[in-house]
Amino acid sequence: MSFIEKINPLQLDILKEIGNIGAGNAATALSTILNRKIDMNVPNVRIVSFDEMMEMAGGADHVVASVFLRIEGDASGSMFFILSLPVAEYLIRKMIGDESFLINSVPYTELALSCLQELGNILSGSYLSSLSDFTRLNIYPSVPSLSIDMVGATISYGLLELSQVSDAAIVIDIVLEKDQLFADSINGHFFLLPDPEFFDIIFSALGV
Amino acid sequence: MNIIKPSYTIRTTGLGSCVGVVIYDKKKEIAGLAHIMLPDSSLAKSGQINVAKFADTAIKELVQILVKEGARMQFLKAKLAGGAQMFQFASGGDLMRIGPRNVEAVRKELSDLRIRVVAEDVGGNSGRTIEFNLNNCLLNIRTVTKGTKNI
Repeated sequence: MSFIEKINPLQLDILKEIGNIGAGNAATALSTILNRKIDMNVPNVRIVSFDEMMEMAGGADHVVASVFLRIEGDASGSMFFILSLPVAEYLIRKMIGDESFLINSVPYTELALSCLQELGNILSGSYLSSLSDFTRLNIYPSVPSLSIDMVGATISYGLLELSQVSDAAIVIDIVLEKDQLFADSINGHFFLLPDPEFFDIIFSALGV
Repeated sequence: MNIIKPSYTIRTTGLGSCVGVVIYDKKKEIAGLAHIMLPDSSLAKSGQINVAKFADTAIKELVQILVKEGARMQFLKAKLAGGAQMFQFASGGDLMRIGPRNVEAVRKELSDLRIRVVAEDVGGNSGRTIEFNLNNCLLNIRTVTKGTKNI
């Protein structure tokens, strides 16, 4: 039996609650940056196969902007902040104050890329600090890395540690949204992909 | 991992650090594709391993299936694509340069089996979607920023 099947409903609920608190903090951070109200919907915590995960993000060769970082410290894992291109474009325009910015103009400008990276940094930082407060574990993010490419190509990177023990992942999926903010309905996704030992560490820290 | 016979194509989407390996026998009109995620099955930490995702196990398995389905060992050829470095990390551990390691492992496995690599498009830092056409034995490669090409 793989470790993922050993997770019980109570533990899954706790992961969901961690997701909720983290998402709240991340939404607040994003609202502050953009000076707009940002909502989050109830996060999904699901055990999915790698293939299903790609589908959740729009299909393996769907092009997205993703900020990837490693979670380090007492517990480790990977984290992705995934944005559809129109949403990424919108966020960059707001942050650099240039309404004429187009995301499709390759090569991407340094400033635009660093904007997204910083956004990923702030959001995942606020998420991880709540996880850290909650569990009293020392958890911190690595320097974020950005890629505008196919979902399959980027996410598989975060699955490497996990793929050594399992073909399924627990995905804490948080959707950030703001009414009528984005033209398309695909908003921002957070994927938290814990390394195999992550759960033991988190659950024993919480005493469950 | 799967095989095809005429007149089909076989594809895999969104390859990053993974390597797509096509092995085929042109005359017998049969081809197979493996999607390699990790270089070595000894990296597996649990008892039961998925043979399809490791270079050392997947390629052997694929060749076995191809031969069973009528391909001739001495006429097998291979084409590969993938093995990109999608993200740059300063503190990169071994897993962070998995793309190049996957490519090395695939090349070694093929050379141990005496299968010649006739074309490849590996490395770089872009994701690839690949499709192999059995009619002309060309591997079509599509990337987001560099367009498409056939090898």
